[in-house]
Amino acid sequence: MKLVVNGQPHEVDASADMPLLWVLRDLIGLTGTKFGCGMALCGACTVHVDGQPIRSCVTPASALAGKSITTIEGLSKDGTHPVQIAWQEVDVVQCGYCQSGQVMTAAALIKQKPDPTDANIDAAMAGNLCRCGTYQRIRTAVHRAAALSKKENDHVA
Amino acid sequence: MWRDDIDLSTSAAAMTTPSPDSPPLGGEGVKRREFLKTTTVAAAGLIVACFIPTAVRKALAESAPGAKPPVSPNAFIHIAPDNSVTVLLKHSEMGQGVWTSLPMVIAEELGCDWNAIKVEHAPAAPEYAHTAYGLQMTGGSTSTWESFDQLRSAGATARELLLTAGAAKLGAKAADCRVDNGYIVHGTKRVSFGAVAEAAAKLPTPTDVKLKDAKDWTIIGKPTRRLDSKAKVTGKAEFGIDVKRPNMLVAVVARAPVFGAKLKTMDASKAKAIDGVMDVVEVPSGVAVLGKHFWAAKKGRDALVLEWDEGAFANGSTAALREEYRKLAAKPGAPAKVAGDVDAALKKAPHAIEAEYELPFLAHAPMEPLNCTVEITKDGCDVWTGTQFQGVDQGAVAKILGLKPDQVRIHTTFLGGGFGRRANPSSDFISEAVEVAKASKKTVKVVWTREDDIHGGYYRPMWLSRFRAALGEGGKPVAWSHTIVGQSIMAGTFFAPMMVKDGIDGTSVEGAADSPYLDAIPAHRVDLHSPTSPVTVLWWRSVGHSHTAFVVESFVDELAHAAKQDPLDYRRALLPKDSRERRALDLAAEKFGWGKPLPQGHAAGMAVHQSFGSYVAQIAEVSVE
Repeated sequence: MKLVVNGQPHEVDASADMPLLWVLRDLIGLTGTKFGCGMALCGACTVHVDGQPIRSCVTPASALAGKSITTIEGLSKDGTHPVQIAWQEVDVVQCGYCQSGQVMTAAALIKQKPDPTDANIDAAMAGNLCRCGTYQRIRTAVHRAAALSKKENDHVA
Repeated sequence: MWRDDIDLSTSAAAMTTPSPDSPPLGGEGVKRREFLKTTTVAAAGLIVACFIPTAVRKALAESAPGAKPPVSPNAFIHIAPDNSVTVLLKHSEMGQGVWTSLPMVIAEELGCDWNAIKVEHAPAAPEYAHTAYGLQMTGGSTSTWESFDQLRSAGATARELLLTAGAAKLGAKAADCRVDNGYIVHGTKRVSFGAVAEAAAKLPTPTDVKLKDAKDWTIIGKPTRRLDSKAKVTGKAEFGIDVKRPNMLVAVVARAPVFGAKLKTMDASKAKAIDGVMDVVEVPSGVAVLGKHFWAAKKGRDALVLEWDEGAFANGSTAALREEYRKLAAKPGAPAKVAGDVDAALKKAPHAIEAEYELPFLAHAPMEPLNCTVEITKDGCDVWTGTQFQGVDQGAVAKILGLKPDQVRIHTTFLGGGFGRRANPSSDFISEAVEVAKASKKTVKVVWTREDDIHGGYYRPMWLSRFRAALGEGGKPVAWSHTIVGQSIMAGTFFAPMMVKDGIDGTSVEGAADSPYLDAIPAHRVDLHSPTSPVTVLWWRSVGHSHTAFVVESFVDELAHAAKQDPLDYRRALLPKDSRERRALDLAAEKFGWGKPLPQGHAAGMAVHQSFGSYVAQIAEVSVE
């Protein structure tokens, strides 16, 4: 099957039921997207499909022909997406295993809501679990990312 | 995990495990002159190698008679001609921040450019043994204190060598030079660390380096951003589950559905028919299906038709265990801490206050499911995994394959959480992966599903606590009886001789037998039943304190309530006047404004506890909506 991941076309040999997560990790070799539960319960596997955050562990890759898939590796060229910068400024990560998913969910949120409230953030991020408990810093960093993103957009405008 | 610096000397659970304030194993302390040696090895530059503490050497000699302490180019610090400073981290980064904090300790003394620091996990080798526990491991909230002086000395030794070599290059006396941000400076002239690293490596190792005074620290104690952030927000950080080797297969294992069950029959025909399944092998823990990728292996595993002899625990249940625990709790167990005649005091009291608390088995559930990659080679074995227990795992792998420990090369990746699960005396998930590689003769990565992780055991034990108390004059307790029931974590492990004394596993009663309230209660008894069951148990973040803090503080609240007293006043009256518990509680009460009127339907409660040398008081305001 043919998939477009981070702007690159890929031809992969996968069964119709193979989740996108394993196609990304084991066939294409993009291991930034993480396996946490396999049941869309933890958010570690979050990627964007046509800009929308989805759980790649329960989404068959075969359903995504012709769609644009973005993983953590493709979010920015060199780790300079506002969410990635804010995450570093606020020192969000601990073990870091869930953070690819957190960053992808947060990036989709600030695109949709450039000025999110605490309630918006809590609602959008609720499905992304962090076993280290970095939630407070995630909230701070999403606000920071939104501010950085605005500045970037103002600059472009 | 394990002991720390808690002084249990007044309790029957007293242990001799080292603390930050007492010398490590063997009681010899650390003599700085035997602390460090420098080496020139094939790699260019200066390497400051680590020492093997005498106590560790002794432990090694006992575990492997005749074995000579290995000489290897392992090091804490490698300064290369390009000025980079590579820190080889002997502890595993699992979210606690050692990837940043321990390099800070080295950089403080070294005087390098902080931006020149690179960090790598160290290999498994005796040189990286924990200075108190004698084997390479990360746990017990010990990483910083156990390596603090060791790493400061490593940094200072490197600095002195570089200073000497740099001074020679500048044609000056070392005493007239100083180190500044990666340079040796003399007046207006300077030379970089990298430029003199090789010359420094040829100098004799100084034996009496002076460590900086705490008041002169510029890095230690200062907020510093994590060095692993960027890799972790760009998907580049490598966890065990991300490891890929040439011709590697992925395996998913079908393990026993009941603790202690044995495989009776296996039909793998359906599994083998699945596209991408390459092999099916039986291993001691179950049946492994190897696939080209996880999805094939998982589908194959799920297609196995297996019949198990479920054994004696076939009808075991939480309810049955709870019933057994309750019966045990009705009578006193092995004494962990006793003063006065509790039974007489309880009998005399007009009415006893009783409470029972149950806490369930808990899975560690690290975000990264357990996994391990194994490649058996002509001359040994390579293992890639996120482990907290290199010093144990290396021996376990060697034993399975009939190798010497130094033929087992452990490549530690980032850990997607540990919480104790990745420090198992039985090396379960690593041994199993080695068995799969051995049986299949393939390079293999074994990956656990989340369900495997949750129902596969090695839980925080299930606990039952039964309390009885009697109040005397002024509502103060005059008798306190606390019976604890739960499986021992240490029994049956190689830690048992050190950790289990007179039938008491210290980790079962920590936070209860050493409770600061007990000294104010004339008759008290904390006792323990340690039933066994096939359910596998393991230390889980904070170990005993994960149940004792909750039950002791809850019962103190019951007593305050029965005495019709304010819970803060009640605790203050019981806690020693200058205790840190009392001071922490006072501070929390002050910050909260204890006693202030609360909105309708709101209530506030408090708890205070010490574990692993940290004192924590919390006040929560809660409401029912």
